[in-house]
Amino acid sequence: MLKAVFGVINMKCGIEIHQRLAVGHKLFCNCPCELSEQKPTQTIKRRMRVTMGELGGIDPAAAYEIIRGREYKYLVFPETCFVESDDEPPRPVNNDALEVALKVALMCNCNIPDEIHIMRKTVLDGSNTSGFQRTMLVGIGTENSYIDTSEGKVRIKDINLEEESAGIVEETDGLVTYRLDRLGIPLIEIGTKADIKSPSQAKEVALKLGWLLRSTGKVMRGIGTIRQDINISVEGGARVEIKGVQELDLIEDIAKNEIARQQKLLDIKKFLGGSLSVLGPYDVTENFAGTKCKLIGSTIKSGGVVLAVVAKGLVGLLKTELCPGKTLGRELADYAKAHGCKGLIHTDEDLEKYSLVEDFEKLYEKYNLNKLYDAIIIIAERRDVAERAIKAVASRIKLLSERVPEETRVANLDGTTRYTRPLPGGERMYPETDLPPIVIDKDYLHALARKLPES
Amino acid sequence: MAKAKDSGYSERLVRALSHGRIEIGQRVRIEKAGCVLEGILMPRIEAGDRDCLIIKLDSGYNVGIRFEAGTKISKALTPEVKRIEAESKIELGKIKESFLKFEWDPTKPKVSLIATGGTIASRVDYKTGGVYMLMRPEEFLYNVPELREIVNITEIINPFNKASEDMDSDDWKVIAKTTSKSKNPVIITHGTDTLHFTAAALSFMLRSKSEKWDETHTLPLPVVLVGAQRSSDRGSSDAALNLICASRIAVSKISALAQVGICMHASESDEKCYFIRGTRVRKMHTSRRDTFRPIGELPIAEVWPDGKILVHEEKGERKGGAMIADTKFDKKVAILKAYPGSEPRMLRFLVKEGYNGIIIEGTGFGHVPTFAKKSWIDEISRAIKSGLFIGITSQTIYGRTNPYVYRNLRILNECGAVHLEDMLTEVAYVKLGYVLGHTKKFEKVKEVMLKPLAGEITRCSRQFLV
Repeated sequence: MLKAVFGVINMKCGIEIHQRLAVGHKLFCNCPCELSEQKPTQTIKRRMRVTMGELGGIDPAAAYEIIRGREYKYLVFPETCFVESDDEPPRPVNNDALEVALKVALMCNCNIPDEIHIMRKTVLDGSNTSGFQRTMLVGIGTENSYIDTSEGKVRIKDINLEEESAGIVEETDGLVTYRLDRLGIPLIEIGTKADIKSPSQAKEVALKLGWLLRSTGKVMRGIGTIRQDINISVEGGARVEIKGVQELDLIEDIAKNEIARQQKLLDIKKFLGGSLSVLGPYDVTENFAGTKCKLIGSTIKSGGVVLAVVAKGLVGLLKTELCPGKTLGRELADYAKAHGCKGLIHTDEDLEKYSLVEDFEKLYEKYNLNKLYDAIIIIAERRDVAERAIKAVASRIKLLSERVPEETRVANLDGTTRYTRPLPGGERMYPETDLPPIVIDKDYLHALARKLPES
Repeated sequence: MAKAKDSGYSERLVRALSHGRIEIGQRVRIEKAGCVLEGILMPRIEAGDRDCLIIKLDSGYNVGIRFEAGTKISKALTPEVKRIEAESKIELGKIKESFLKFEWDPTKPKVSLIATGGTIASRVDYKTGGVYMLMRPEEFLYNVPELREIVNITEIINPFNKASEDMDSDDWKVIAKTTSKSKNPVIITHGTDTLHFTAAALSFMLRSKSEKWDETHTLPLPVVLVGAQRSSDRGSSDAALNLICASRIAVSKISALAQVGICMHASESDEKCYFIRGTRVRKMHTSRRDTFRPIGELPIAEVWPDGKILVHEEKGERKGGAMIADTKFDKKVAILKAYPGSEPRMLRFLVKEGYNGIIIEGTGFGHVPTFAKKSWIDEISRAIKSGLFIGITSQTIYGRTNPYVYRNLRILNECGAVHLEDMLTEVAYVKLGYVLGHTKKFEKVKEVMLKPLAGEITRCSRQFLV
């Protein structure tokens, strides 16, 4: 049935494969690539700040991380060096890793730049201590760069060699903990053009690119050593980047769910007919002073606040299922969570479950609202967190009547996805000034071309 | 938009670009060996091949494409042209002017800022591929909006922009004079390599107006030197915490903080800073954020970004009155290092060149090769007899020199060389220039060199390695 549906949908999809390389040591230092089995010896706390892009602008994804105001804690292991903790400039690039990347580029019939420029890709979510990921373009796709699949050719866009990010350990109340042993492992990234026409083709491409990478004999194996990002949009929707799909079998589900999500959002937009007014945010803490809801009661008791927004005409829509297992209400909750709060409560939920019926009745009365028309969404949290989160939720609701937003999402284990941050722009790249460009010698390249594995 | 001739490319390439009326920052199309690329033409960095065009692709990546026979370059005419060209009208790498218009809160305490260059004022340089030192102070302040909650920076003085390794005593004089003119506490941003030399120079050159040049110096206000180990264009820059903490020191009324000191990271974490005395501080690591360490004493204070200050030094009330800059300085001073096999005739060269004072960084307690084949003793005696002052410090960095413990030390002492207690070599060098700038009389020079003017000699050697 789905096939038939996809047959009529104009879907655009490309994937990126990230594969860790097994080349002895990290990309920009001599530390081992294996994850440490020892206990951390030290922790370092840092904050990230907004930076200007090369062209003078600020990347939206970068600005977003600053707005969140988080602090980052890094676990330092006996094997960790100062390059990983951003206490020393990078060492020259790992030549073995570069060689594998160049081989893959040649196997894909890519053009290799005469000079490879190491770039800094701004990353302010703390997953890189420096505030950027070092990455370099080693292969540019040509007309002859493609993967054959049962559903046609899928062209290769580009091939990059980059550093793996630090592994996230936990995130609690504005503090994110990362381990530094994963940071800096060489990673090869192959990106395809948006030639993929169906979820099953997406999976086939990922599988074939995985084989190609393994044929070099220089890739790591095991959980987490390969992951896919999926870029997907449907006609009338928007480009969404879904990060970190580790299970090949999930690719199809994720693609299907994303198509369904965007289509459903387009349906909602159509239903709303181009207008949706959002009132608030209001500070309604007082209304909840005598609440029977323990969760909210204890939040207020510990100095927290309850903030609310009213979405005119949204009643009923919040329980619409965007894709299996994901209602619009849950989707909005992801925006709140991405801004550091635990979640939200809305009037399409079973308010009795939360013992909140009376409190919401009072709200409808106080703001003279129509229960059959106006949806209320509340967030109970520490004031700064609640303010950030409710604003994010309000802006997202406003977009419901306008468009499907472009954004970065992350894959959940059930094949659904959740919002993480805005889509980064081109301004997040600037040159790595601590290392000179790498000049690629033609003779070396010819010699390499003669040593390629059968693909 | 930059012209092709200023782009750093080879003459051949500049001709090709001029011929196609192509300027740096424009969107171009390159065809080479069947491959077509479009992107923004970037200026050539000095490193690498000058025949190689640098193109910023839409993905943000820069790639180098060698301009060879058959390579075609032309203006691109794809739909993206408008958007990207509009963006590149701003000079590459510069912050949009509109970003820099911010106002200080007049209710906050007034502070003057003197910006002298260094990593803290640096950002990417597209020409050299290195770090660019000509950032305007407003640009790096822009990155730290929290400062507006702490200080009212009433004036930003930018006497020069230099890497600190390029500075000398003339620059210290300029900074001292500029500082002395301020009626408010002063924050000085500076490169880190020789920040401790400047800190020492200001410690000696600045004092309250009522004091004499050879007496203990006090200041009416804090003079806070601050730098960064990671340039301000990085998300992980240490500049913000350093500036915030420096501002906290500057506006504090705690009397012990009215002195010259360096305020930078206390550890690798963005947690707190140390405010370290200008004469007991040294750069101890090439790249770590906590590179500046107090040597042989605790920092004057520990300071947190929220304004908490833990002071380790008791001091009476702050003196009022004006601050003066006494910048007399004798440039004919030098540092020599004595080590196994070192050449003592270097002293002879300095004598011949008219030097008036030398700091010899000896081994251990302040030894020089004494009975070695290349003994320094004769050369030192000769130099002292010809009128030079010779001060001895130790290359152990930590600990006090001693003129008596070993026979070799006594021999050196008998020549007339003066062991300078636990004064740091760099500080001794700066102090000697200051003292010789005021007097050439050997006994007076010796007396003042051994007398702490700004905490450069500790009274007791206490138990701390920080």
